[in-house]
Amino acid sequence: MFIAVRDLRFARGRFALLGTVIALMTLMVILLTGLTAGLGAASVSAVAELPVDAISFQRPTDGQQVSFATSSLPAEAVATVAAQPGVTAAWPLGASTTRLQADGRAATVALLGGDPALYPALREGQAPAGAEVALTADLAETQSVSVGDTVSVGGQQVTVTAIVATTSFNHLPVVYTPIDTWQRLARTEGITAVAATRDDGVNAAADPAGLTTLSRDEAFTAVGGYASEQGSLNLMRGLLLAVSALVVGAFFTVWTMQRGTDLAVVRALGGSRGYLLRDALAQAGIVLLVGAAVGAGAAAGLGAVAARVVPFVLDTTTVAVPLAAMLAVGALGAAFSVRRVSTVDPLTALGAAR
Amino acid sequence: MTLALTDVRLTYPDGDRRLVALDAVNLRVTGGELVAVTGPSGSGKSSLLAVAGALTRPESGTVRIADTDVTALDQKGRDRLRRERIGFVFQQANLLASLTALDQLLLVAHLSGASRRSAEARARGLLDRVGLGGKADKRPHQLSGGERQRVGIVRALMGNPALLLVDEPTSALDHERGEAVVTLLRDITHEQPLATVMVTHDLQYLHLADRTVAMRDGRVCPPAEFSPRSPAAVRGH
Repeated sequence: MFIAVRDLRFARGRFALLGTVIALMTLMVILLTGLTAGLGAASVSAVAELPVDAISFQRPTDGQQVSFATSSLPAEAVATVAAQPGVTAAWPLGASTTRLQADGRAATVALLGGDPALYPALREGQAPAGAEVALTADLAETQSVSVGDTVSVGGQQVTVTAIVATTSFNHLPVVYTPIDTWQRLARTEGITAVAATRDDGVNAAADPAGLTTLSRDEAFTAVGGYASEQGSLNLMRGLLLAVSALVVGAFFTVWTMQRGTDLAVVRALGGSRGYLLRDALAQAGIVLLVGAAVGAGAAAGLGAVAARVVPFVLDTTTVAVPLAAMLAVGALGAAFSVRRVSTVDPLTALGAAR
Repeated sequence: MTLALTDVRLTYPDGDRRLVALDAVNLRVTGGELVAVTGPSGSGKSSLLAVAGALTRPESGTVRIADTDVTALDQKGRDRLRRERIGFVFQQANLLASLTALDQLLLVAHLSGASRRSAEARARGLLDRVGLGGKADKRPHQLSGGERQRVGIVRALMGNPALLLVDEPTSALDHERGEAVVTLLRDITHEQPLATVMVTHDLQYLHLADRTVAMRDGRVCPPAEFSPRSPAAVRGH
C-alpha cells in the first residue's frame, strides 16, 4: 500500500469526494432497507407472528391473486383442512377492516378473528371470549384504552380483556377477537382462511378443491399491496447498489487512466503487475471501507430518529446486510476498473514511447 | 562486460507491415563507462533503451546484463532484473506526483522488499549527495526541473544497479542545468562504477561522455561515419 496511501493523502480532495458519494449511497441504501423492513412489518407482522406453518385461502379465479381481502371460506373448511395428511391442527381465521372508537377517539383497525392460540404474546389481562377483544399494545396506548374498558368495534360495544404485543396488518393496528365475535362484527357466517400447523411441507398440488394453501411466509403476498410495495422498494435498493458500483467503477477508471505514466514508471522500476494490482485494490478498499462506515454510522443515527415517526426497522440485519452489499458492489466496480493497471506497458515510461 | 547486445533485432507492428526499430545492433558497455547514444528521431535510440532495460524482448539476438541472458527470462524474471540490476532515469524525471523526493527513492527499496530503516538512511544519503537533503519532503511540483532530474538520478541509484539507462535527461533543462545533470551522471558512473547508457538529442554534452554511439534507421553507425558535426548527429539536434 506504499503508493496507495500516499495517493490518498496527495489527492485527498478527489478521494474525499468519492468517499462522500459512497457514504451517501450507503446511507440511502441502509435507510431504504430499514424502511423496507419497517413497511413490511407494518404490512404483515400480524401474519408473521401467527404460530402456524400454512394458511389455506379460497382458490382465486383465473388471473386473480390469493388475498385476505377477497378470500371467503365456509366454516366447514377448517374440518377439511384438518383432515389433510400432515396437518396437526387447524384454526379458522377471520380478517377484516373496521373502526374502533374509544372515549371520543377513533381509529381504523384490522380485526383478526381466531383462537387465542393464534394471538401474539399476552402483555396484560386474559384472552378474550364472547364479546371481548384484545388490543395490541401500541393501539391501546394511542387510544388510551386499558384492560376492562369498553370500546366500540364496528359499531358494537365490546370489552377489552387483554393487551397483546404490537402487530400490524396491512399498515393498520390489530384488534384480536374470537372467531364467533369476528363473524358477528363482520356480519358473516364464513371465515377468511384456515391457519394450520403441519408436520410436513406445503404441497399445493394436494390442496382440496376450492382451496389454495400457502406457507405462512408466502401468505405475506396475500396482504394487500405487500408484494408491490416490497418490490418497488427492493427495486430502488437494487438500482442504488448498481449506481454505486458504476460510480465507484467510473471513478477508478478515470483515476487509473490519469496515473497511467506513474504506473508505467513503477513497472519500469521493477514493480510487478501483481504489486500494482494489490496496491490499487487496497486503495479502493480503503476508500470504500471508510466511506461505507461513515454512511452506515450516519444511517444508524438517522434511522434511530426515523424509527420514532415512521415504520423503520433498525437492527443488525438492516444495517449489516446493505453495508456488506454496498462493499461488495463497490469492490466489484473498483476491481473491474483497476484490473487495467495490470496491463500497463512499462515501455510507455520512455519518452519516445509516450 | 556489464551490458552486451549482440545482433539485436526489434520490430514493431505498423499498420499491415512491421517497422524495423533495431537491426543487427551490437553494443558493449563496461562498468565505469558513460556511453552517449545519439541520432535523429526514429533512429532507434529509445528502442535500444527498451531492449537494454528488459522492457521488451528483441525479435532476435541476445541481451546480457551482468552475465544474465535477458532474452531467456520470463516476465517475472525481467521485473526482478529491473529491480535488482537496472536503474532508469527518465525524460523529465517521470517522478510520481504523489510521492515526496524521499518517497521516490523509498519506493524502489519497497519494491525490492528492503527494510524501511536502512533504506531511509541510504535514500537520505543519496539526496544529500545531489544537494537535495533539505528537500526530501518536497513533492515533484515543489521542485525545479533540475531538482526533479537529480531526484530521478538518485532514484535510479537506490537499488544499487549495475546498469544505468538514461532517457533524454536534459530535454527539459537549460544549458547550465543540463550540463550539471550530465556531469553528475558522469561522476556517478565513474564513482560506482556503473555502465551507463545515455540517450540524448543534445550534442552539446557529448564531450562529457566516455564514448558516443550514433544510430540511424535502427542501426549503430560505424565510428568512421560519426562525429558530433556529422549529418547523422546534426539531424538529431
